[in-house]
Amino acid sequence: MDLFVNLLVNGLATGMLIFLLASGLTLIFGLMDVLNFAHGGLFAWGAFASVWFYTATGSFFGAIAGAILTGIILGLITEKLIITPVYGNHIQQILITLGFMLVLTEMLKVVFGPNQLAAATPEWLNGSWVFGDIIIIKYRIFIIAVGIAVFTVIQFILRRTKIGLIVRAGVINKEMVQALGIDIKRLFLFVFIAGAALAALGGALFAPYSGVIYAEMGLEFAILAFIVVVIGGMGSFPGSLLAAILVGLAGSFMAYYVPALSLAVNMLLMAAVLIFRPQGLFTAKG
Amino acid sequence: MEPLLRMDDVHTHIGQYHILQGVSFEARAGEVGVLLGRNGAGKTTTLKTILGLTPASGGRVSFGGTDVTKKRTHAISRSGIGYVPEDQGIFSTLTVEENMKVAMTRETEETRKKLDTVLELFPDLKTFWKKDGGHLSGGQKQMLAMARAFVGNSKLLLIDEPSKGLAPIIIEKVMEAIQEMKQHTTIVLVEQNFMMASRIGDTYTLIDDGRTVQSGRMADLAGNDELKRKYLGIG
Ligand SMILES: Nc1ncnc2c1ncn2[C@@H]1O[C@H](COP(=O)(O)OP(=O)(O)OP(=O)(O)O)[C@@H](O)[C@H]1O
Ligand SMILES: [Mg+2]
Repeated sequence: MDLFVNLLVNGLATGMLIFLLASGLTLIFGLMDVLNFAHGGLFAWGAFASVWFYTATGSFFGAIAGAILTGIILGLITEKLIITPVYGNHIQQILITLGFMLVLTEMLKVVFGPNQLAAATPEWLNGSWVFGDIIIIKYRIFIIAVGIAVFTVIQFILRRTKIGLIVRAGVINKEMVQALGIDIKRLFLFVFIAGAALAALGGALFAPYSGVIYAEMGLEFAILAFIVVVIGGMGSFPGSLLAAILVGLAGSFMAYYVPALSLAVNMLLMAAVLIFRPQGLFTAKG
Repeated sequence: MEPLLRMDDVHTHIGQYHILQGVSFEARAGEVGVLLGRNGAGKTTTLKTILGLTPASGGRVSFGGTDVTKKRTHAISRSGIGYVPEDQGIFSTLTVEENMKVAMTRETEETRKKLDTVLELFPDLKTFWKKDGGHLSGGQKQMLAMARAFVGNSKLLLIDEPSKGLAPIIIEKVMEAIQEMKQHTTIVLVEQNFMMASRIGDTYTLIDDGRTVQSGRMADLAGNDELKRKYLGIG
């Protein structure tokens, strides 16, 4: 029981971190067919920014806010400088965003030094709750709670606001929303920046979770996030949550029970989805 | 009088293909202008070029006296052009209400009035207000697409083959609705069904191989069997 709960909590927490990356990716792809391989770089920048702001402000909320601000600024720069020139060309997008991912990673080393950094958990989130023989680490529950809150807020925006309605319509048919008078480029910039902010938030939450951060950390999560986007259905926001939880849990349980398969399991999941339901678990287009 | 819409020797490239190679065309306020031509002639591309979805590579498109050739689609749409695409472009996982709301993001007194008008015209839409667009019948989708284009404050409606794939009795309803909308707005219609076209069109423009070959009053075309045989395969 103890073990099961731990694996479950661990898997859910990892799933939420992946979700924070994947939700942005899926909307970016759904809206403009843009493949952004630099997204993991924003995750890493969020982590480093949070550590820096934590030291500077002494407040965990300061750290989170600083990371999100960093994500917003980097998102704005990335969209304007890197993505805009390569709209509509997937090969160019892959090349230029992969290249920019390397640039972001190297810039981290320039700014913060080449070594990995330690990241502290704030006092009030340190430690664990004990229920009988079950021990639950507080910080992991915190990550899950933030993930659920983010999902709820974004789902509210998508379902209940004008801009959310336009985003959903744009994912279904972007020519049509333009023909109805909507400036798709502005809309996309907005979504891209929101996605970048979420990625940075993910990185900031990851820092205390792992305890150490390093410049290349974004890559592994970005790959998982791409797998999640494929499994969940490109452009589907609820799909990205479900698939992220699935991938998080599969990773957590497999790492314990069948360690040899823990890396392959996500690929297998993705392959299975592509074979039996190539549009992903959820469909957003159509 | 200056026509509401005017295309002068418009050329359009899609990728490396030279699709429109000289389309000229006018739509006068208050009239229904019909684009005729066989499959692949370039009728849909002509509408998309007006809207900037496939921007013109040469020539000039002007609307209400302003040059819109180089403007982006949303700006052209906002200047007062509504679009009903060939495939209707319904947002299938959005409800009828949401489909309409996308077109009414800048809600004004006028759009609300137009919404009332259009719901009177298409009472079915009210019945299915909360239903997903994807679950409507073909005829209902066509009505929704026309209603959506109409509420967006349009001075000009571009409607692409509204009768396509519909049963005759539904086509009749669609044509009645277009006649009704004509009271409020100017219409450019692509219509393969010559009977329908000649009934509601005031003018025609005949397009073949991406070029305007002839245009004039609809009444004159009806009597010109040679033209109809040569370019439309009828008569
Ligand atoms: N995206 C595209 N890429 C390449 N060629 C295209 C594209 N869109 C249209 N065409 C070509 O341009 C020509 C005109 O197409 P268009 O759709 O405008 O014809 P149409 O008159 O509307 O035909 P239909 O009556 O079948 O709807 C056709 O030969 C078509 O194959
Ligand atoms: Mg066509």
